[in-house]
Amino acid sequence: MSSEANGGYYVPHGSVWPIIGAVGLFVMLHGFGDFLNGSDEGSTVMLAGFAILLFMVFGWFRTVINESEAGTYNMQVDKSFRWGMSWFIFSEVMFFAAFFGALWYARVLSVPWLGGGDPGTNELLWKGWEATWPTNGPGNVGGAFTLLDPWKIPALNTLLLLSSGVTITFAHWALKKGNRGALVLWMMATVILGATFLGFQIHEYGEAYSEHHNLTLGSGIYGSTFFMLTGFHGLHVTLGTIMLTVITLRCAKGHFTADRHFGFEAVAWYWHFVDVVWLGLFIFVYLL
Amino acid sequence: MSTATTHDAHHEEHPKGLLRWVFTTNHKDIGTLYLIFALTMFFIGGAMAMVIRAELFQPGLQFVNPQFFNSMTTMHALIMVFGAVMPAFVGLANWLIPMMIGAPDMALPRMNNWSFWILPFAGTMLIGTLFMQGGAPAGGWTMYPPLVLQTGNAFPFLIFSVHLLGISSIMGAINIIVTIMNMRAPGMTMMKMPLFVWTWLITAYLLIAVMPVLAGAVTMLLTDRFFGTSFFNAAGGGDPVLFQHIFWFFGHPEVYIMILPAFGIVSAIIPTFARKRLFGYSSMVYATASIAFLSFLVWAHHMFTVGMPLTGELFFMYATMLIAVPTGVKVFNWVATMWKGSMTFETPMLFSIAFVMLFTIGGFSGLMMSMAPVDFQYHDTYFIVAHFHYVLVPGAVFAIFAAVYYWLPKWTGNMYDEKLGKLHFWLSTIFVNVLFFPQHFLGLAGMPRRIPDYSTQFAGFNEISSIGGFAFGLTQLLFLYILIKTVRGGSKATDQVWEGAEGLEWTLSSPPPYHSFTVAPEVK
Repeated sequence: MSSEANGGYYVPHGSVWPIIGAVGLFVMLHGFGDFLNGSDEGSTVMLAGFAILLFMVFGWFRTVINESEAGTYNMQVDKSFRWGMSWFIFSEVMFFAAFFGALWYARVLSVPWLGGGDPGTNELLWKGWEATWPTNGPGNVGGAFTLLDPWKIPALNTLLLLSSGVTITFAHWALKKGNRGALVLWMMATVILGATFLGFQIHEYGEAYSEHHNLTLGSGIYGSTFFMLTGFHGLHVTLGTIMLTVITLRCAKGHFTADRHFGFEAVAWYWHFVDVVWLGLFIFVYLL
Repeated sequence: MSTATTHDAHHEEHPKGLLRWVFTTNHKDIGTLYLIFALTMFFIGGAMAMVIRAELFQPGLQFVNPQFFNSMTTMHALIMVFGAVMPAFVGLANWLIPMMIGAPDMALPRMNNWSFWILPFAGTMLIGTLFMQGGAPAGGWTMYPPLVLQTGNAFPFLIFSVHLLGISSIMGAINIIVTIMNMRAPGMTMMKMPLFVWTWLITAYLLIAVMPVLAGAVTMLLTDRFFGTSFFNAAGGGDPVLFQHIFWFFGHPEVYIMILPAFGIVSAIIPTFARKRLFGYSSMVYATASIAFLSFLVWAHHMFTVGMPLTGELFFMYATMLIAVPTGVKVFNWVATMWKGSMTFETPMLFSIAFVMLFTIGGFSGLMMSMAPVDFQYHDTYFIVAHFHYVLVPGAVFAIFAAVYYWLPKWTGNMYDEKLGKLHFWLSTIFVNVLFFPQHFLGLAGMPRRIPDYSTQFAGFNEISSIGGFAFGLTQLLFLYILIKTVRGGSKATDQVWEGAEGLEWTLSSPPPYHSFTVAPEVK
């Protein structure tokens, strides 16, 4: 191998994974589009694309982990990964910002306008409708619904996620002290807390969709913002839990040392990000 | 030279054949791919513009039906913005940033490949909508609901192609930031970086901040159409105007994403051919950062007529006017750089000078429209079409032309044909004005955009504009010919290429070695 592998900045020579990833994304989204247009084969194509994507994720990460274990990456490469992960998380923050923005716009501006804050709109379109929050709008879209009690499962879930932020920090301390047993135990605790959160969340969605609450994705602007925000958050927790599981296995195998463990930290950052988003959700979606 | 030996050392790793381009992790290969993709899309989007200008040559309906006409305006915009201009700048960034900061390659080479290879698939998906039931999207590139929700089978593919383009842009931007922050040669402090690197650093930050917001906006369109949400449905408590706010929160930074790298290019070229240091380097950096910061605070100036509280109109009006200040600083600095310089007028310099003058015209018409009460007359007329084409064609596209003429000898080792280059410049500059200048008058007289037919009093200026359009389009075939000719041969370029050129990229051989700097150069 060339000089890059020993001491210099590692520049890989060709990789098969990106093109597989591009094909996978294309096939998956193409299938999804066909499915939405009512085609019969759509869902099959979508699953095939998803499988290609999974294959890529496994392959790509296997390559990177093997290279990392072989000592290919110097401190400068490590720093590139750190910068990269930080900016990726920033892009995720901005994705959620769009949905939080929609929530605040509806609550602070457009719903009050519909309810008479903008006299013309109310007079001409929805005369007599009074603005409230939560609402499914003057058209009563999706039918009447009732809210979930934030001080039951959502509060418990807040506790679970906050605790998982603590346990992953304990895991990090154990890793820094070189105590592998404690590390793996704290990681497992974190995974279990994440998985429990997800279980409760699924249960909560079931409750919401039941006849008792009738709170669905179609319940006007409240249902839209509620489910899109909590849903995308749930997807991120799912992804985070899978990532935590992989990292736990790598911890058990002894992949990380006290001073070199970017993979661990990247997932920890991601997990804290998911945690912070939940706090925003709990305050602005459930409480206020 | 030492670079020659490293080249030999890596010779066995220089892959051959078609698959080289598919698997490559090399910043030069990927830069080339981006540029070829952008050029292809430039001609496809250009062909659509020709359809538009042919239909508008005379009043009445001649060639296409109104629905297809609207598809053409929509697709032309999407392809030019996401397929041509943005990928061209990313291609230039790939080629130049590692060479300018003294790095061996981009920081994350595999992700670099992924960023590129998503693009042809996204482009295929977008262009494929032309052949779907219900036709290609025709609701305008801004995708406003409720109109866009009436799109036929193309609808989900429009959304997903935007998602894919966004993923590609975000990864490309992350890679560029990481490269600039982490791969600079020793001694290359931030305030020593070439302005092209600076402007791209700030552009990449804008991309990461706003592309996810666009993804969120189009996701809401998708769920509104297929999953029963009410984001943009007033009956459910939503608001169609909400989409416009989210879209333009993306959209205004997006227009700076398409112009800031152009500023960087012009700031590299003018000093070379004026044989003077760039006037006011640090003020250029601060001006770029100010423009980027302000770009987040002005989005609703695209929506003055849609209905907004008066305080909103005033805030966005004044905030928009503020942008003229840092932009003015830039234009002043370019002119001051040329002042008393020993100027020569090779093709890159000609395009750069045209950029400064014609972009400024676009800037001034933008300033006119920033005035909310005045904008009520201009909104959705050909005046806005003239404005954004002035900043995008003799603005962004001319800067890309200038960059290609300026760095092509470095990339290929061959000089382009100066006579043909100058011919390309003069034809482009004359016809771009014949094409777009009359559109100001059409707009002021009240001709609405995105309509295939018009009242007969607009016939004269439309005819002139169309003639300019066809001539400008044909001229670009000359550009293609010059490119092919230069890649295939020509007089050999020296390492420095241009007498007045400064910067690390000119210390490399022409063409440069496969891996730019295997040993980091020392910057003093």
